[in-house]
Amino acid sequence: MELLYALGKLYPSTRLFTRKSQLVAYESDGLTAFRAEPLAVVVPESQEEVIETVRLCYQSQTPFLARGSGTSLSGGSMPVEGGIVITLNRLNHILRMDPENRLAVVETGVVNLKVSQAAAPHGLYYAPDPSSQQICTIGGNLAFNSGGAHCLKYGMTANHVLGIKAVLADGEVVELGSESADTVGPDAAGFFCGNEGLFGVALEATLRLTPKPQRYCTVLAAYDSLEKAGHAVSVVVESGLLPGAMEIMDRLSMDAAEAAVKAGYPKDAQGLLITELEGEKEAVEEDFKQLLFLIEKTGAYETRIAKDEEERLMIWKGRKSAFSAVGQLSPDYLVQDGVVPRSRLGEALAKIKEYSKEAGIAVANVFHAGDGNLHPLIMFDGKKDGTLERAEALAGRILTMCVQMGGSITGEHGVGVEKKKYLPEMFSEIDIDCMKRVRRAIDPLEIANPGKLFPGGEAPALTTHGAHPLEKAGIISRE
Amino acid sequence: MQHVIDKKSLGPKVNALTQGVEACVHCGFCLPTCPTYDTLGAEIDSPRGRIFLMKEVLEGSVPMEEALDPIDNCLGCDACVTACPSGVEYDHLITAFRAKAEKERRKPLGRRILRSMILNTLPYPYKARLAFKMGKLAIPLSAILPKSLKPALGLLPRSLPAKDSIPEIYPAKGEKRGRVALLAGCVQQVLAPEINRASLEVLSANGIETFIPRDQACCGALALHTGVEKEARKTARQLIQSIPENMDALITNAAGCGSGINEYSILFAGEKEESEARTLAGKTKDISTYLNEIGLLSPPELPKPLRVVYHDACHLAHAQKERKAPRLLLNAISNLSLLEPPDWEICCGSAGIYNIEKPELAKQLGQTKAQNLLSTEPDVVALGNIGCMTQIEKHLESYESPPPVLHTVQILASAYNQDS
Repeated sequence: MELLYALGKLYPSTRLFTRKSQLVAYESDGLTAFRAEPLAVVVPESQEEVIETVRLCYQSQTPFLARGSGTSLSGGSMPVEGGIVITLNRLNHILRMDPENRLAVVETGVVNLKVSQAAAPHGLYYAPDPSSQQICTIGGNLAFNSGGAHCLKYGMTANHVLGIKAVLADGEVVELGSESADTVGPDAAGFFCGNEGLFGVALEATLRLTPKPQRYCTVLAAYDSLEKAGHAVSVVVESGLLPGAMEIMDRLSMDAAEAAVKAGYPKDAQGLLITELEGEKEAVEEDFKQLLFLIEKTGAYETRIAKDEEERLMIWKGRKSAFSAVGQLSPDYLVQDGVVPRSRLGEALAKIKEYSKEAGIAVANVFHAGDGNLHPLIMFDGKKDGTLERAEALAGRILTMCVQMGGSITGEHGVGVEKKKYLPEMFSEIDIDCMKRVRRAIDPLEIANPGKLFPGGEAPALTTHGAHPLEKAGIISRE
Repeated sequence: MQHVIDKKSLGPKVNALTQGVEACVHCGFCLPTCPTYDTLGAEIDSPRGRIFLMKEVLEGSVPMEEALDPIDNCLGCDACVTACPSGVEYDHLITAFRAKAEKERRKPLGRRILRSMILNTLPYPYKARLAFKMGKLAIPLSAILPKSLKPALGLLPRSLPAKDSIPEIYPAKGEKRGRVALLAGCVQQVLAPEINRASLEVLSANGIETFIPRDQACCGALALHTGVEKEARKTARQLIQSIPENMDALITNAAGCGSGINEYSILFAGEKEESEARTLAGKTKDISTYLNEIGLLSPPELPKPLRVVYHDACHLAHAQKERKAPRLLLNAISNLSLLEPPDWEICCGSAGIYNIEKPELAKQLGQTKAQNLLSTEPDVVALGNIGCMTQIEKHLESYESPPPVLHTVQILASAYNQDS
């Protein structure tokens, strides 16, 4: 309680929340199946306040985590029971816009899309575009090395972060990387990206800005099966074309997106391939001819081209709303982001369909097809006993399949709390032990976002939902 | 999301109170459009934060009294409803929850006086007129009045326009294309009687006969949106009785009224008038929606170019989902160029009586809105709601030669009237 007293001296009562009625809003992030109540939430207005808060946590050995807009889909920004939540929403300033060097220095509470908006007058933008880009913050993007539809061509967050200023878990303030894309020695900023909050709190980021493409060409191709759409992706990529984005939606996710934003997708398609070409005008025109040829060859029965910017934005709005829109079809869902090799997409989709049928649980599919990043949305009604557990089991089966096919358990959402028990499917004990040692070198007390990423520890789900029936029977365990 | 709310305890409003909780997936897409989240920057002042909070209160784990601050902070602008991909009916949830809160909360004297002053005057044109005059007398005394009354005085009009006695039936010009009833409104009649006059003229020019029942009353929106259901039902009942069944539509020209009537299914849930109330709600249309549906007869060209920026009233754009019709109507006027302000979806801060009860937040929002509208360099600001009109006029006042703020039908009427 000494910590609360110290925080009370650091923050006025309007920026220090300790009552249940204030804390409930922070209990979970974009993954509501998991919840935890923090000891307190603080709303710093300066970097110094963040640093001081971390130091106080270190002194009192209290767990903490930083939170931006709380849109994590893996429970990464869910509070740690009894810990401190440091919200960064007021550290939302763009500190420097440097169009000549094509970079921006921002505080980490800045919303992703705001960076692109601020860069727009200079003909630049910030390339990583998670579907939640209108609200997710740069800090969360850094912590989870976020991707997005256009990462196919441009790479993930780590490819666009040049430098980071952060306060580590023991209160030390460090500056990693520089303003140059080429660093001497190890890529410390790249190393920090994707730490899932286990190293400390990023305060500032130097971001690389990209010139806006001269021309976009967005093509919708409708297929009578999802597998055909999946196969088309391999064909396009094999041909040597590199579109800005290649996305696939199945019938269920199209239905959801239609209900939400009326995007105008083809009504009876079972698989929809969205391909966006971008770049210089002449190149896009040439690529477009080739793309149409390939799409026809792969059996698309209808092809549409966005005729103006408004139509293009509508296509993307539908696609980017799809996760949340599934809420229109089902009261609860789990969303996974396992990855499979692009060449095995069709096969993976067929398997998901089979698993879904066997489990009797509907699965909607919407994914970054170009880089093989699946997003099965597993729908369930949590009111019915045992359904969450069955949905989790199906999710696990899909993740295991991804690893077996030579892929990964997560492409961009991170491990968080949700996938930590599947980490050993990808990494050996020695690998995981090595990662833990790296973590302890930076966070010796293990107070920065503990209970996430690594398997083991009390799974927060147990506090709200109780143990899985099979766990109670001693048949399975979370380890 | 999951909850353990005891549905049986909630009575006839159970659906309104639980749909939002069940449909919310907590994705956060509502956050960037929420004026209080944008201004205060805390999750508890966001739509999904409030949904969590309301859930906890309904589950019984947080006492109602502790939840009131963030609930009262909500402007009820419904921008989150437009933004929500998951179909959460936050509008119905907050309306129903406020009604519940109003019954259960402790009411300090200052709040009781202010509420009662507002809800006993504004909905009644005669009393409102009197109150505005009396209020002006009180301005010199403002130093000694309770603090909570001051914002209300600040919003008082400098001068009241002359009373306009509109006839009971306003005939159609030319070939008759339809017959509608007009909700004459309460406070709007006093502050801007020219809106009703312009509505009648535009409807008439389009071949529509309008019936303005003498015995109609306030729709109850102002009271409903603040949770005072009993007051709301009192006048709403009278309104329902006054509208004959054989009308093509009940026309509203204040967005707040239209959205209020749309929520009669909640206001009258479990009451004996429920089905009549639903029928009337189904027939109620904003004047822009109606004119667009029947097909506007082209108004004559304006003598000189006019730059008009259109402000989306929350209760029209978000609550009634009507953004298209007013724009189509204005674009039908030749020589008029329509401008779009930045951040159209963010509320101007008027929100019923919000600017009286939460003056600080309302002021910030009003100032931002004024700047955004002016950034388009308009000759005129067009909108479809009296509340926004008062608020925006007030915040434009501090600028040099501010553009006039007019209802969409006033611009249409002046275009038609060029001929006569």
